Amino acid sequence: MNELIIEAGRTERRYWRDLWRYRELFYFLAWRDLLIRYKQTVVGIAWSLIRPFLTMVVLTVVFGKFGKMPSGGVPYPILVFCGMLPWQFFSTALSESGNSLVANANLISKVYFPRLVVPASSVITSFVDFLVSAGILVVLMVWYRYVPSPHCVFLPVFVLLAFASSFGAGVWIAALMVEYRDFRFILPFIVQFGLYISPVGFYSSVVPEKWRLLYALNPMVGVIDGFRWSILGGQQPIYWDTLAVSVVGVALLMVTGIWYFRKTERAFADII
Amino acid sequence: MTDTIIQVENLSKRYFIGHQRDAYDALRHRIEGALRHPLNWTREMIRRRRATQEEFWALKNVSFEAKQGEAIGIIGRNGAGKTTLLKILSQITEPTKGRIRLGGRVASLLEVGTGFHQDLTGRENIFLNGAILGMTRQEIKRKFDEIVAFSEVEKFLDTPVKRYSTGMYVRLAFAVAAHLEPEILIMDEVLAVGDAAFQKKCLGKMGEVAHGGRTVLFVSHNMSAVQALCRKAIYLDHGVVKAVGDVEPLVNRYLVEVGSAQSRRFTTAIDLGPSLKLESLDFPAEPVKSGEMLPFGFTIRAEKSTTLHDLSILIYSSSNMRVAILDLRSLGTPIALSAGRVLHAVGEIKSLPLVEGEYSVGLYMNSTDFQENFFDLASFTVSARTSDTDYVPVPLMYRGLVELDFTAHFAKATTESPNAIVTSG
Repeated sequence: MNELIIEAGRTERRYWRDLWRYRELFYFLAWRDLLIRYKQTVVGIAWSLIRPFLTMVVLTVVFGKFGKMPSGGVPYPILVFCGMLPWQFFSTALSESGNSLVANANLISKVYFPRLVVPASSVITSFVDFLVSAGILVVLMVWYRYVPSPHCVFLPVFVLLAFASSFGAGVWIAALMVEYRDFRFILPFIVQFGLYISPVGFYSSVVPEKWRLLYALNPMVGVIDGFRWSILGGQQPIYWDTLAVSVVGVALLMVTGIWYFRKTERAFADII
Repeated sequence: MTDTIIQVENLSKRYFIGHQRDAYDALRHRIEGALRHPLNWTREMIRRRRATQEEFWALKNVSFEAKQGEAIGIIGRNGAGKTTLLKILSQITEPTKGRIRLGGRVASLLEVGTGFHQDLTGRENIFLNGAILGMTRQEIKRKFDEIVAFSEVEKFLDTPVKRYSTGMYVRLAFAVAAHLEPEILIMDEVLAVGDAAFQKKCLGKMGEVAHGGRTVLFVSHNMSAVQALCRKAIYLDHGVVKAVGDVEPLVNRYLVEVGSAQSRRFTTAIDLGPSLKLESLDFPAEPVKSGEMLPFGFTIRAEKSTTLHDLSILIYSSSNMRVAILDLRSLGTPIALSAGRVLHAVGEIKSLPLVEGEYSVGLYMNSTDFQENFFDLASFTVSARTSDTDYVPVPLMYRGLVELDFTAHFAKATTESPNAIVTSG
């Protein structure tokens, strides 16, 4: 008979097995979040298409017509989308997963399951939104008869990088927010600030050479650059050194995030 | 061969209770300190927070064992640590000291409807709640029809749960949880909600689970349910295991100890008007089982001469409803009492038909110079009858005031009037 021993400080080995055993919960929590979004709406699931579409229109007008960002022959909406897509994914994933533990406080104080499922399922929910927006991008490319560069085979790599960075940062903030509710206010500030310093509205090449590596500590630099490079090809050069810094940074973020989360997890039900 | 499936050894759990400091001061100091030495400040903040908090031990050295297939009731006052114990057993929170060995999968129901979302339909919530409680999607699909049948909300399965009545909500939530199949089932006072029919159904289902070989830990304030379902009980008081043992004596002990905090026994004689004094009014301190004999007695001393015309013992339920009187004129009234005369009487109520609970005793007297009702002079506790039926008794709050002894059987209906009750002959 499987024996489980519950003791102060002793939860390590069982946990990863439990994550596998509760794997369906990843799906269920994400499914729940998606379902409740459009309940009792008239437009319903069409909102998930309308929203990114409208954002794209607005950004095209703002950066293209008014900001006059050089497009280099690429249809403007596609250019905007390439920067916006990964950023939207990252920012919503970060916001949702950061708040996820506190939002699910009633579950955490009444039922057992590995808590790591909670921020992870928030990232998954945002990922579904990302896929929908990516679908719109594909439609746009067909519409403009724009053929993406052959580098687009590398796109999944950058998607994975975006996923990992939002998960890593999300897990950190989720765990911190349980004890220090200050992060409820810090989080939107980070996201807002991040939008301006990440190369969404501009190319990362505007950053002077000497700051480039430091700049790459922002994981979204590598991701957005990579996205642009995959789809637009020659327009956006790829900086292998900054990409390397981003990847290492993200890996560290995830590992330390999960470590901190696990360390504080045992007290969640008591503090939340 | 039953072996130990739960073993709890010296379990202790500590919480920190914070105390509010003067908010203004704290903020100013915080900002000042933060600006001067950021790193030091954060360390200090965390340390200072701990320092102003008080330790509260919710559980202290709790130890007990449960064998496979046992149904154990956990009883105790509010705040005794029952829910904390269940939370630790369910791995929701960690123990501070001690350890637990579990030999099987645990499913715990600490709250009915955990994870239910108001906007989702009944159908969607069944899946969600089932998954949260640990069932796989396959399992839920397999049991879906059973769950719906148990909950009796079939017609409303596709409406959002926020439209349900409380009863429907609770029925659905319990239906999902009732179909869990763990080796160890932990339930925390989930029967406190719902109407009588629902409670009966729940108790029935839990009885099924308990008799089906699973180990059940059941926390409840419903003593009759605890007695019906469980053979063994653990009595917790202020975080400590006060007693472990057979359910009946422990329930009795709990009832007495909980009751005695409220009952009042007078130590000095009570004046029954200018001439008479009630020196004692005796009812048993130990709980008396419903249906058994209840002895009583009293002593009245006459300070001055008077004649006692009426004397009745008044019995009140815990909700202050007068349930019965003992009209003591049967002793032979009027009773003339000369000064200094002491009247002592004993009696018994043959088979006390009252349901279990706390009862208080009053007195009505009418003498030549005084007439009055007196309340709360004594109290006694009635404990539940042992149920030898194979169905679980209805919860106390729906059983009324008395247990009536009755028999019933199916009678043959005649061909002319199949609905008439045919008496023998």
